[in-house]
Amino acid sequence: MRFLVFSNVLTAALRVFSLFCLAVILGGPAQAFEIEDQRRFGPAAGAAGADVLRVLSTTDTDLLAPLIESFLRSRPTVVVDYVTVSSSELMRAVVEDDAAFDLAVSSALDLQTKLANDGYTRAHSPAGRLRIPDWAVWRDHVFAFSQEPASIVLSPAAFEGLEMPRSRQALMSLLRRYPNRFRGRIGTYDVETSGLGYLFATQDLRTSESFWRMMEIFGSLDLRLYCCSGEMIEAVARGELAIAYNVLGSYARARVDLADRIEIVDPQDYTNMMLRTAVVLKGADRPDLAGAFIDHLLRAAWGNQRDPAYPFPRYATAETSPTAALRPIQMGPGLLVFLDRLKRARFLEEWRSTVLQK
Amino acid sequence: MRFLLVEDNLSLAAAVEDRLRMDGHVVDHAPDISVADDYAATADYDLILLDIMLPDGDGRDFLKAHRNRQGTTPVIVLTARSEVSDRVGVLDLGADDYITKPFDFSELEARCRAVLRRHGGGSSNQKRFGSVVFDPMAGTLNIGEKTVSLRNKELRLLEIFINAPDRIFSKSKLVDRLFSYEEDVSENAIEVYVGRLRKHLAGSDVEITTVRGLGYRMSLA
Amino acid sequence: MSRGLPTSGSIRRRLTLQLVGSAAFLASLLFVIVLSFTRDVSQQTHDSILAASATSIMDSVSVRSGEVSVDIPYAALSMLGNVSNDRVFYRIAQDDSVLTGYADLPLPDGAPPRGQPRFDTLHYKGDSIRMVTLARRVSLNGQVSDVVISVAQTREGQAAQLAELTRNALQLGLGFFMIAAFLAIWAAQSSIRPLAELAEAVSRRGPKDLRPVRRPVPSEMIPLVTSLNRFIERLRVSLSRSEDFIAEAAHRVRTPLATVRTQAEITLRRVERDENRASLREMIRAIDESSRAAGQLLDHAMVTFRTDSLLREEVDLGALSRELLNRLRPIAELKDIALHSDLPQTPPLSGDPILIQNAVRNLLDNAIKYAPSESDIQVILRKEGAELRLSIIDEAGGFPSGDTNALTARFARGANAEGTIGSGLGLTIAREVVEAHGGRLTIAPSQATSGPPAASPRREGSCVSLCFPMS
Repeated sequence: MRFLVFSNVLTAALRVFSLFCLAVILGGPAQAFEIEDQRRFGPAAGAAGADVLRVLSTTDTDLLAPLIESFLRSRPTVVVDYVTVSSSELMRAVVEDDAAFDLAVSSALDLQTKLANDGYTRAHSPAGRLRIPDWAVWRDHVFAFSQEPASIVLSPAAFEGLEMPRSRQALMSLLRRYPNRFRGRIGTYDVETSGLGYLFATQDLRTSESFWRMMEIFGSLDLRLYCCSGEMIEAVARGELAIAYNVLGSYARARVDLADRIEIVDPQDYTNMMLRTAVVLKGADRPDLAGAFIDHLLRAAWGNQRDPAYPFPRYATAETSPTAALRPIQMGPGLLVFLDRLKRARFLEEWRSTVLQK
Repeated sequence: MRFLLVEDNLSLAAAVEDRLRMDGHVVDHAPDISVADDYAATADYDLILLDIMLPDGDGRDFLKAHRNRQGTTPVIVLTARSEVSDRVGVLDLGADDYITKPFDFSELEARCRAVLRRHGGGSSNQKRFGSVVFDPMAGTLNIGEKTVSLRNKELRLLEIFINAPDRIFSKSKLVDRLFSYEEDVSENAIEVYVGRLRKHLAGSDVEITTVRGLGYRMSLA
Repeated sequence: MSRGLPTSGSIRRRLTLQLVGSAAFLASLLFVIVLSFTRDVSQQTHDSILAASATSIMDSVSVRSGEVSVDIPYAALSMLGNVSNDRVFYRIAQDDSVLTGYADLPLPDGAPPRGQPRFDTLHYKGDSIRMVTLARRVSLNGQVSDVVISVAQTREGQAAQLAELTRNALQLGLGFFMIAAFLAIWAAQSSIRPLAELAEAVSRRGPKDLRPVRRPVPSEMIPLVTSLNRFIERLRVSLSRSEDFIAEAAHRVRTPLATVRTQAEITLRRVERDENRASLREMIRAIDESSRAAGQLLDHAMVTFRTDSLLREEVDLGALSRELLNRLRPIAELKDIALHSDLPQTPPLSGDPILIQNAVRNLLDNAIKYAPSESDIQVILRKEGAELRLSIIDEAGGFPSGDTNALTARFARGANAEGTIGSGLGLTIAREVVEAHGGRLTIAPSQATSGPPAASPRREGSCVSLCFPMS
């Protein structure tokens, strides 16, 4: 039942992603940031003297709505103004336009980290008794409230008669053995246009020595590039793709309607876990409300009791750690390295030459 | 009795010697400690009268040496010092008593008597006159089976008479010997004591007779 | 004795203050040294990590097809994140143009160092930062170009670490101070102890104790103790000299008096004429009076001297009185005076036994002197409340009424004492002694006193009492 609701939410989320991809592809210089959606929660909009918490988010409104409503339940006078943007627009809104928001919620961990590093955020001390893993907080500025795996989505039909690969090593040997069976049926993010794809790819490079070899195999088998996880999931479900690599597992699992046509694999050698994070912005008018909302998110994510309004899968903290198979992406200044202009250019150049074999 | 007088002042020594002999005592005089040591070593004395300040030492040294050689003769110290300062030292060193100069001879006598009594009496100092036996140390008078205790003045009066029987003593002489010089007494006070003595002697062959105009005399009846 | 003496402070306090002061100074010095040392070490640690980061970036600089290429290693920045949660900034510049990184990162003053890392503490984005700058010369198409790499980090972590270090150094300094102060107090206490012990030993001495100080003392106190001993010796010599003088004087006066008196007595025995005898008696009486007066004067001088610094010993008043009675009994017997005593065991009182004995003897002397022949004298000791009362009751006809106070004044004599040898000093001495012991002397008519075994009906007399407070 919960997943059904989530799947409806997902449609909207996918739309956000496609718009985001579009924005990146077009890349046109825009004076003001582009708003994708805006919704007000709480008492009658515009009530005089109401406390307004303004949230800038890359996460779809419907996905977080239950959590926002449970947050407002004990705060009858508070209004939440929820604005949805793409991650790059969020960055632009904060850095360039100095837009008046209290809170920024984003799945782009690297960009959130850069905001915090460059001084656009302010510190927040989580309420006591909240036990958050060390790796889920950076500098008391960036707070993670979800873990979502970078999974491999497979088409069971395409693997008929073969054993499903559970690791990158197994996948690579399978591809080497049956190149023709999978040629043109492998998909992954276009790292040049997708921020998340770039993050997943650079984390792969950082973690695995065989990243370039795998990319070379993918490239030799006519790799197809996508802007978004949703498209890849649907392509696998349709049978166009046999393998979709680095797909957001939380989205794939939400598509219960496609469950019998796709197989979701979290690689056993390692699985990068994307962290959805929230920061209190430097220019916040209501840092108190922003902090309280972050505490609300953290309680839902890490609290002992499962909150029915929490839309993401929960992992026991013992299963996920920077040294386990499920590896949360490590927060910290290291994430700034791949945002470096020269580093990015160099990486993309190599990626292009490997994957596109140009 | 036999006295050893240790005194460096020769005129005082001569006077004391005279005075003691007057009462019938035997006195040897030592002007310093060394002579005193010689005397004490060669003869037995009933009493030693010891001056403290002597030319060849302190009388207390003699006293110490005397006690160290087990001398049992009682010692009465003659001191010119204040009563207090010498008292402790002298008595602690074994003197039996002390008397401050200048001294009343009746006090000296009384102290000698007290000291000798404490030492077990000057032996057989009993005196007999007729049927009367008189013990001046014990202060008792025996007539046959009857024993009478005498008071001090009665005792001394009896002693005066018994030492010189048949001799007449004038009232004033008796007053001098019986009363201290600080007491103002009339000569008639003697009659009281003579009267008491006569009462004690009743039933014996001793009587005290009045010699009109001259005084009293004790004689055998 | 030291009361009223001006003090010039306390050695112990001064010593303690000086030692504690030095301890505080040393502790502060220790704090500063430890702090600056640990600060240096901490700064060096941070600097060396910054330098490692910059060096690893510099190592990735290469020239590719005539252009400078930089491939920042992931570890270059993540290593900084491992040390602290501080914000990280960097800039890579070629000559004057910024290749990548934070273009507005401030440049250190002066020429970029070559070969050596250069460290600066600067301000950037409102925060204090520590920055390392490395420069390397590369050759581009035959032209020389300088690549300058700066890596900076905010100093919050370092500040927190420094606060921790400061706290530790402070605790160390404080702990050092506490221990040193404790030792200082102990040292001051123990170095002053011989002095306190000497003072205690000297002040505990009785007033008559004039022995030199023989206890071992620290060498620094030898001069003091030597001087003290010299003083004591001088005092002792001078005291014994004056005592000898008095004794000698008494001896010189009394011995001739004794000669004269004895001669007079002898003569009195020999002469017959009443007039001669009367004048001889007068002469003896005069000699007795003068020698008794001299004796009491000496006694009084001694009493005054001893009450100035009162000796305190345990005195058994009953035993003391018994001994006195024994000594006076032969004299009392001369007058056929009976001495009765009722001297029960009582708690001791604290005082000078010689003085008390002197007082009691004077009272007994008086009683014997003034009492008529064949009368009774009673000596009664009673414990009354917190007082010991020694009463001497005679039948001497009592003191004239109304002049009790005058009686005890020096040289006064009872009006009925005409012709009795002795000055009135006896009562004065007794009163001064008992008052020096905190007690009092009372004189009352004696008939009211409950009777001892009296053969004859009691005659009128007086009751003189010495009341001593018990300690």
